[in-house]
Amino acid sequence: MTLRKFTAALATSALVAPAAFAADMADELTLVSWGGAYQASQQKAYVEPYLAANPDVKIIWDESSAEAVAKLRAMNEAGNITWDLVDVVASDSMRLCDEGLAMELNADEDLAAAPDGTPASEDFGDLLVSDCFAPQIVYSTTFGYRTDMVGDTPPSSICDVFDLEAYPGKRSLQKRPIDNMEWALYCDGVAKEDIYDVLGTAEGVDRALAKLDTIKDQVVWWTAGAETPQLLADGEVVMGSTFNGRLFSAIAEQGQPIGMLWDMQSFDLDGWIVPEGLPEDRKARVMDFLKFATDTQRLADQAKYISYGPARKSSAPLVGMHAELGIDMAPHMPTDPANAGNVHIYDYEWWADNRDDLDAKFQAWLAK
Amino acid sequence: MALTPVQPQTPAFTAGMSALAGGFAGIFVGTANGSTGLGLAIGAVLLGALGFIFSALYKQEKPARWGVLALFVILGVAMAGIPGAVMGALFGWVFGWFIFWIATGNYRSKLPPYATSGQVLWHFTFRVICGAIFVFLITPILVVMPLSFNAEDFFTFTPEMLQFKAEGYSLKHYRDFFTNDDWQQALWNSVAIAPAATVLSVGFGTLAAIGLSQPHVPFRRAIMAILISPMIVPLIISAAGMYFFYSRIGLQGTYVGVVLAHAALGIPFVIITVTATLVGFDRSLTRAAANMGADPVTTFFKVQMPLILPGVISGGLFAFITSFDEVVVVLFVGSAGQKTLPWQMFTGLREQISPTILAVATILVVISIALLTTVEMLRRRSERLRGMSPS
Repeated sequence: MTLRKFTAALATSALVAPAAFAADMADELTLVSWGGAYQASQQKAYVEPYLAANPDVKIIWDESSAEAVAKLRAMNEAGNITWDLVDVVASDSMRLCDEGLAMELNADEDLAAAPDGTPASEDFGDLLVSDCFAPQIVYSTTFGYRTDMVGDTPPSSICDVFDLEAYPGKRSLQKRPIDNMEWALYCDGVAKEDIYDVLGTAEGVDRALAKLDTIKDQVVWWTAGAETPQLLADGEVVMGSTFNGRLFSAIAEQGQPIGMLWDMQSFDLDGWIVPEGLPEDRKARVMDFLKFATDTQRLADQAKYISYGPARKSSAPLVGMHAELGIDMAPHMPTDPANAGNVHIYDYEWWADNRDDLDAKFQAWLAK
Repeated sequence: MALTPVQPQTPAFTAGMSALAGGFAGIFVGTANGSTGLGLAIGAVLLGALGFIFSALYKQEKPARWGVLALFVILGVAMAGIPGAVMGALFGWVFGWFIFWIATGNYRSKLPPYATSGQVLWHFTFRVICGAIFVFLITPILVVMPLSFNAEDFFTFTPEMLQFKAEGYSLKHYRDFFTNDDWQQALWNSVAIAPAATVLSVGFGTLAAIGLSQPHVPFRRAIMAILISPMIVPLIISAAGMYFFYSRIGLQGTYVGVVLAHAALGIPFVIITVTATLVGFDRSLTRAAANMGADPVTTFFKVQMPLILPGVISGGLFAFITSFDEVVVVLFVGSAGQKTLPWQMFTGLREQISPTILAVATILVVISIALLTTVEMLRRRSERLRGMSPS
């Protein structure tokens, strides 16, 4: 019968449909990001060229990525999705994907292929950690120290953070168990490959907290990425962890006396998700923007403004100079071989399973 | 002519009192320099000694006070350079005055002669407590102002700033505020939303207050309680409720929605201030107006409104400040397109600790002071008109 014809017609209409929708795209696009220098780099690398090609579009920024999961849940409950494209860290994208709050993407269809034709799924490779995630950058959480407060031997190992005798003074750490627990175990003598096995046991958790106990009264806990640069600039802390781009900005753009400690830097990813349940016209606009904003050239351009590594393999050779300072950006990238000698690969899946439990224990320990 | 006989105090008393004051000041200086106990001890010993010297051995007030001033300036320079000298001069002047104020017995001159020592002590302790509360409330606001002229992008008093060098200061954060699109959009959103919300609050609030002051309205107290509730219910609860309700009816993420939400928050202030002015309003005036043939609307605008106007205006100013300063409700009810100044400051503080926030804060503090001064002047005018205070 005409089943074959019917499927053929369906396939044709599916092919024609995107073109028909293309003419029917919304003119407004609400992007959600983290604010600060990072959002500025997205504005310059993605949004300005996109607006040059599509002058009728209006783009609104909302600096709400920090509460993206909670807000998307509320929007979903209220049946009123006001965001179009949301910048989140990899672990949040997994949660949103699992809860059905983010739309599943097909990397090869929804994201542009590399200039040499390599499909997006290969170009991003392992960084496509969730079905809903379009990665943009690789960043790391690592340490900066005051060059004028550490004497003649600047810290070179992560374990110097736990060494109060050689480096007396306050240090700032992020107020969460992730990374801190792993660093503590590593400096307590656990081999890198065994960290998550040890942390999976009750004794391992106690061991990590006991190690953190040795510096607890010297720790300033931070929650916003801008706090450590501020504390370092004030000389309130001698060293502190934060996102590497924040430290780059304080060192290269603000000229602060801060040095980088790259040892055991913790890699993480940041990327876009599209909320589930957008009306067709807005969805068409978002997908058009997403394809443009995650192509090889755009990701490479972003590295001109901030020292985060592009998530595509094909972008790496295109990374050049800082847009205003004219310094070579490659040595400031967390992925640069000189910096990535000893890195800590943070295990998303392990943390997805254990986060709630360890958060509770960590908070209880903090309150003691 | 002083009622109370003023007589010089014994050296021991002067030394003791001075030591007390020195110890009190020493606590703060010591804490700022890392050792509370040491500061307390040094302050007490130093001032005690000075008090004894100037009450027992060397009683020339003028040279002695200059001497104390010079001593503290030198101490200040030794501790913290030029800013230390300024602080030192301030301390030196106060302490020089204090020692002789005690030593000469002048401190009793304005108190009744029958006051016991305990009463005198409590009289001044109370003032010190009030002063301390005032200082601790105000200092954080004052500290922000010089920092907003920082030439660097951090909340830090740089060495150049502390030495009062011109290159340590800059207007760049103010320039950023006036040229950055995000801040400008936030400013215009605030400037558009706050007056609209104020007009609604004042209109509805005044009507409600007048209506609820009529003795024949049933359930007055219950209605009043409901109208005042946005002021009492935790803001986050109103905000979450409004979010879900406004989402259903399509008002979430619109200017109208934010204006209505802010109007609801402002109405209690208007009701309270207008109700308070209505207490002093003479109802026979409205009856007289009715007697002369004025309808209720004419009566309201010609007779009642002019008399309660100060209450209406001060309620309106509070409603305006509420909307202008509000961050929780707008985060829920607004979307990024309705980003107001407090919203922008809130995200700015969390993600990027930029001194532009301090520049904005300084501007807002100045605006708030101007508005509250207006309220206070109106209040005095209203009291004068009602003959409650001599003018």
